[in-house]
Amino acid sequence: MNWDSWGDFWAMGGDGLYVWSAYLVALVVIFTEIAVLALTRRSILEHLGRYAKIARKERKPRNEDSRF
Amino acid sequence: MPALSSTLSSDESLPMTAWSQATPQRGYVQAGRLCPWFALAAAVLCSIGLFVGLVVAQTDPHQHEHYRIAFIHTPSLWLSVGIYFVTAGMAGYGQARRQRFLSMIASALAPTGALFAFLALWTGSLWGKPIWGAWWVWEARLTVELLLLFLFLGYVALQEAIDDTRRADRASGLLALLGAFGLPLLYFSVFRWSSMYGTPPQNLSAPDSPVISAGILLMGLGLFAYAVSATLARLRNVILKRERNSEWVVQNFGARA
Repeated sequence: MNWDSWGDFWAMGGDGLYVWSAYLVALVVIFTEIAVLALTRRSILEHLGRYAKIARKERKPRNEDSRF
Repeated sequence: MPALSSTLSSDESLPMTAWSQATPQRGYVQAGRLCPWFALAAAVLCSIGLFVGLVVAQTDPHQHEHYRIAFIHTPSLWLSVGIYFVTAGMAGYGQARRQRFLSMIASALAPTGALFAFLALWTGSLWGKPIWGAWWVWEARLTVELLLLFLFLGYVALQEAIDDTRRADRASGLLALLGAFGLPLLYFSVFRWSSMYGTPPQNLSAPDSPVISAGILLMGLGLFAYAVSATLARLRNVILKRERNSEWVVQNFGARA
């Protein structure tokens, strides 16, 4: 263990601004990617559902038994 | 997704032995199965890695606490370079063998590669400031890393800009291969150039200690696992988008609305 207190830990011997901004940006970028991936998946699934609905109205359904 | 797995159950008994058998449908199922495990591994390894790097590792007599940026910078650098060559390989081989599934993997890899290239540059800049006295210097490694980021962004932009996926794969694959051959050439020529016309600034390097090396390695493995899980999640999105007209997608996902 390198630190005596939480204050020591956050100060990082005066280099806190550099060290923490590096980790903060990494955290933000990674969680943004995760959120974008989840949102993209949701919008694709919505599109696929709407797309099939239109296709079903236009012609006879391919397979009535297939439910998700 | 019980219905989905039951319709695909005939595929599950077959191991993924060759790329020629890697159909988008089977890839979708496999990616969904593996993704959470890689995400879990990433969370565990990164937590241990950060604990080792930020809490356990000793203060360095020369760099003080500043070297602790290495625990995010060095793995990002490795991963961005590694992902780039895998992307270029997949895209190139996919074109040569007409395997569109490989092109889908390349397309799923590139944005995560761009993320790590960006992180490597950003954290490198924060680390370099007190060492070089500047946020940015035109040094071989940094210059190549910047080009790497541009190549990733160019790859993603080409994929997004061209509607016809076959043409998009061909164009972006060409760009990726160009970079894969160009970057090493450039890297070594810049090194030669700087040794003839001046000394390069001091490289960023973490202090040599087993604890610090262990921390960097753990973070490297953790971020590698993260990159795999993010790529698998994106691969699923890419497959659904590209295969939206195929029977299995329409049957399994169309009936939801």
